[in-house]
Amino acid sequence: MIPDYLAEFFGNKFIGYLIAAALPLFLWILPYALYAVYAERKVSAFMQDRIGPNRVGPKGLFQTIADILKLIQKEDIVPASADKPLFVMAPYVIFAGTFAAFAALPFSSIYIGSNINLGVFYIMAVSSFSVVGILMAGWAGNNKYSLYGAMRSVAQIVSYEVPALLAIVSAVMVIGSLNLNEISEMQTAYFWNWWIFGGPVVGIKKFLLIIPMTIAFIIFFIASLAEVNRTPFDIPEAESELVAGFHTEYTGMKFAMFFLAEYGNMFVVSAISVSIFFGGWQSPFGYLGNSLGISWLIPVEQVFWFLFKGSLLVLVQMWLRWTLPRLRVDQLMTVCWKYLTPYAFINLVLIGIITLF
Amino acid sequence: MTTYDLIFYLFALIILVSAFIVVAARNIIYSAFSLLFTFFGVAGIYVLLNADFIAVVQVIIYVGGILVLIIFGVMLTNKITEVEIKTESFQVLPSIIISGIIGGTLVAIFTKTNWKVAEPQILDKTVTEIGRFLVSHYMILFELAGIILLVALIGSVMIARKEKLETEEVEK
Amino acid sequence: MIPLKYYLILSAAFFSIGIIGVLTRRNAIIIFMCIELMLNAVNLTLVSFSSFFGDSSGQIFVFFVMAVAAAEAAVGLAIIIALFRNKLTINVDEVNIFKW
Repeated sequence: MIPDYLAEFFGNKFIGYLIAAALPLFLWILPYALYAVYAERKVSAFMQDRIGPNRVGPKGLFQTIADILKLIQKEDIVPASADKPLFVMAPYVIFAGTFAAFAALPFSSIYIGSNINLGVFYIMAVSSFSVVGILMAGWAGNNKYSLYGAMRSVAQIVSYEVPALLAIVSAVMVIGSLNLNEISEMQTAYFWNWWIFGGPVVGIKKFLLIIPMTIAFIIFFIASLAEVNRTPFDIPEAESELVAGFHTEYTGMKFAMFFLAEYGNMFVVSAISVSIFFGGWQSPFGYLGNSLGISWLIPVEQVFWFLFKGSLLVLVQMWLRWTLPRLRVDQLMTVCWKYLTPYAFINLVLIGIITLF
Repeated sequence: MTTYDLIFYLFALIILVSAFIVVAARNIIYSAFSLLFTFFGVAGIYVLLNADFIAVVQVIIYVGGILVLIIFGVMLTNKITEVEIKTESFQVLPSIIISGIIGGTLVAIFTKTNWKVAEPQILDKTVTEIGRFLVSHYMILFELAGIILLVALIGSVMIARKEKLETEEVEK
Repeated sequence: MIPLKYYLILSAAFFSIGIIGVLTRRNAIIIFMCIELMLNAVNLTLVSFSSFFGDSSGQIFVFFVMAVAAAEAAVGLAIIIALFRNKLTINVDEVNIFKW
């Protein structure tokens, strides 16, 4: 485990763990967010038959780096009528919620920020810091669009937490563990051992589990789209109605932090789906390191598969964003309370019956 | 002093300072957001006490549920025209005396009593143990908690919803 | 290792701050927040006893206290909103008649 190794290296548990905790931020979140923004623009361009960013660097690859440089240089404006302390604090609270979630994500068998027993549950809990942060940002901006955006956003996130948690609970009932690292370890060897294909279970139970697990994944995926405010559930920041929702008043680096948190959240929810349903860091067809006999290659491959599967799901989210229209507020609540929640309950009971066998 | 001690004092400071802001802030919204840090600090202390499940439940219920409800309550019960929402306090001196008496009594009891302390052991699977307790020993209480929540849900919807007549008046 | 007493004193101080808030503030929502503070202080005591006595029953009590607190939050805020709708104030000292 890398955290223990670092702790030994620096001779101090505290410093070692601190550095281990900061690793995903610098090695993954920042580069990923930069290129996720680029990918988003390229995907949208592809969908709308445009070229997209193509000026800075080859194929516009450095576009987002240029954007970040521009944002850093901009003046950091706090509106005169805003509530200054809350206005300054809000981006940090939101980003803390996102970043804390990365602590329990298993990047590979040798790196997980904190190998706690409550992994999934913990991630769902810390994401509620983002909810409060969104309310804080919306309130402090002292702008009616911000406040509307924040209220809508919070109502949406709090409602969609119910089907998301029910879907996770129904999956966890079969798996019997909340620790994401353990869950990933279980789904070893080949892709038919992923939980979405019934998991490493033998016999008829495996085939019975496929359909309920797929339903659980679909419910979780839809609910997670709503939790990260992505289209078709992006009414909190509906550009055509609310300017930019809760971060209307933000400029410069604070605005960039909202973006970082948003893209970070997209990866977190994808990573939860990947760890629970799609085998976590396990490779779908066995490891190259095993067949070549190079043992150090295996963790590298694991990191690659985890990030690859996660990014693929992020790409699906972008694809949906540029395909589907936005829902109205009443449709949003209908989808959550009249469809997703009852189906999640039925699915929960179904999986409960299947696990009895 | 070890790192764990330092972390305890840090969280204790967070709890006390933010709780004081909740009580003393003139702007309600500051009280509400300060509550976030209080709940966070309490969750931190729970982790130090090896109660990881309770810590996570604390964050989910208090930060994700009750705090959001409270902030919504603040926003719905004040005419939001500007950021500043003031409230004032009264009877400060007598209440400080009363709370000083209660707090002093508590501290006296806590320090004078000779608590029989077992060695705090690190429970490896707190979730498993609590889950087993909930569906065996405390089964009826667990069911009752569910009923209480259902009753509260229905009751609060009934109390807070607008009367039919009122909405018609507004529409006119 | 922090002794049990420190945790208990922390929760006693925390509880007293909650009492001051309940007694001094006029706004019903702040009184409500202070009640949550006091509940948290009690939970802190329960968890520290549970941890130091090596018995997880204390954590289950905390679990039930939280369930009741959630129910209380929902009903309490509903009452406050109904009060605001009828009286246009949520200051507790202005709500002093038996019926209207």
